[in-house]
Amino acid sequence: MIKLKNISKTFYKGQTAIKAVEKADLIIKDKEIFGVIGFSGAGKSTLVRCINLLERPDDGGSVEVGGVELTTLSERQLRAVRAKIGMIFQHFNLMPSRTVLENVLYPLQYRGIKRDEQLKKAKELLQLVELSDRLENYPSELSGGQKQRVAIARALACDPEVLLCDEATSALDPTTTHEILQLLKRLNQKLGLTIVIITHQLSVIKDICTSVAVMERGRIVEQGEVFSVFANPQNEVTRNFLKAASSLSKADVIAAKYPQILNLHPGEKFVRLSYTGQGVSEPLISTVSNKYMITMNILFADIELLDGAPLGGTVGIFSGEPENVEAALDYLRAKQVKVEVLADA
Amino acid sequence: MLDFLNTVIPNVMDKPDELWTAVVQTLYMLIVSGVIAFAFGLFFGTVLTVTAPGAIMENRRIFAILSAVVNIFRSIPFVILLAALIPLSRFVVGTAIGTTGALVPLVVGTVPFFSRQVESALAGVDSGLVEAAKSMGSSNLGIIFRVYLKESIPNIIRVTQITSISLIGLTAMAGAIGGGGLGDFAIRYGHQRGQTDVTYVTVLVILIGVWVIQSVGNYFIRKLSH
Repeated sequence: MIKLKNISKTFYKGQTAIKAVEKADLIIKDKEIFGVIGFSGAGKSTLVRCINLLERPDDGGSVEVGGVELTTLSERQLRAVRAKIGMIFQHFNLMPSRTVLENVLYPLQYRGIKRDEQLKKAKELLQLVELSDRLENYPSELSGGQKQRVAIARALACDPEVLLCDEATSALDPTTTHEILQLLKRLNQKLGLTIVIITHQLSVIKDICTSVAVMERGRIVEQGEVFSVFANPQNEVTRNFLKAASSLSKADVIAAKYPQILNLHPGEKFVRLSYTGQGVSEPLISTVSNKYMITMNILFADIELLDGAPLGGTVGIFSGEPENVEAALDYLRAKQVKVEVLADA
Repeated sequence: MLDFLNTVIPNVMDKPDELWTAVVQTLYMLIVSGVIAFAFGLFFGTVLTVTAPGAIMENRRIFAILSAVVNIFRSIPFVILLAALIPLSRFVVGTAIGTTGALVPLVVGTVPFFSRQVESALAGVDSGLVEAAKSMGSSNLGIIFRVYLKESIPNIIRVTQITSISLIGLTAMAGAIGGGGLGDFAIRYGHQRGQTDVTYVTVLVILIGVWVIQSVGNYFIRKLSH
């Protein structure tokens, strides 16, 4: 369990104080994959660095990892704790003068572990990330995905219970990103690892996270289980992330910029319907179309999977008698469908 | 062959022993002061790096003082240093003249320059590596040796090449206090007595020295860069 309480972090640039994180509270349960999403500059990297105290929070903040309060530890005790909190980075941060094997050996050396034990451990880890054939290569000879896998093996060397990932997939292409995320998910299940992921990509959160915190300008504006946060976003930033990721947002562009392609006739409405959970399996559109004698011209529809639960949407034009269209929309609203009328003839 | 050399470089063939002595003196000054200056420079360069604002052992006072001292000594012309350090030389090596007397000023003249060079070599270490090492629980001392110094070896070799070649230049001035060496040899015979062939041969010998330093250094840089 990771408990962050009242975390603020102020940086000073000359006379001006910049609040990177402001009064953040966060609880991350054991063995979960927790995502922190925010646009760049939101303070998420600083927040995650407070977990292993690479950044020390301002006075009054409390960082508790596995029941131990870290802010009051001595430098020496803190180093021992840090070894138990693995961390990987956007730019991998492998040591260029060391081979793959030597990089994984780095955290194992000078800890009173016998040389052959060190080697055994490092090789096991490299097997786990499927790089056993690359032991003697230098980082410069590896692809981005391979480098990140070496970094993961290195971060796991001291058998940590927590792995912090700072934009770990932001420098990778989509296929490699997917591979790395699947690897993290496997490690989460196999080793019972608690994973904290910082990202600006909603797809990363959707792929593997179970809980999420949304950050904006140093504050956590929303947090909870991934599905409930994104199915029912309360905050503008959260909605923006969803919009940027979903093709349903194209409807806004059409309504605002190209209304002529809709060619709306009197009595027609251009609408977007979003539904969550059980709504996905009900034939709502056929139902309203029969019941109120209206037609819906579906322009496009989409379904997202958030932590395995569906979140769907349909964009189209309703036509029929105006009062029937209104009644149909009310019916849908009553069925927990979110109805947005984007354009009206 | 001997006849040929006697006609082309008569003044050098006159005194091969003196040329040889000069070579040995230069090598002596270069190696002894070089090794000592390397150790001090590596130390001060590392201190400058890790105490700089924002670095792992940030210490404004130490950084500011050391930085100022380095700048002051870099601004003093070497010839003046030779004279000014006479008392220090007497105290440290027991004499202020001769080849041994030249060692102290050579070290003092080289360390500030080399410290800055080391500082710039260590600046090439990505701050991400330092952060990664910290996250793995490395101590500050561990970060200095296992990250800063270890990851900078090719760069340190490169700045050592530059510094040792400029050190050869400094040894030429050691003649002013009777330090001997190739520079002194060339000035006394080649310049003051108009024996131009001595100058040419001396330059050639120094050129070979420079070439050796460059080649050996480049070999190791190639071998150790990945």
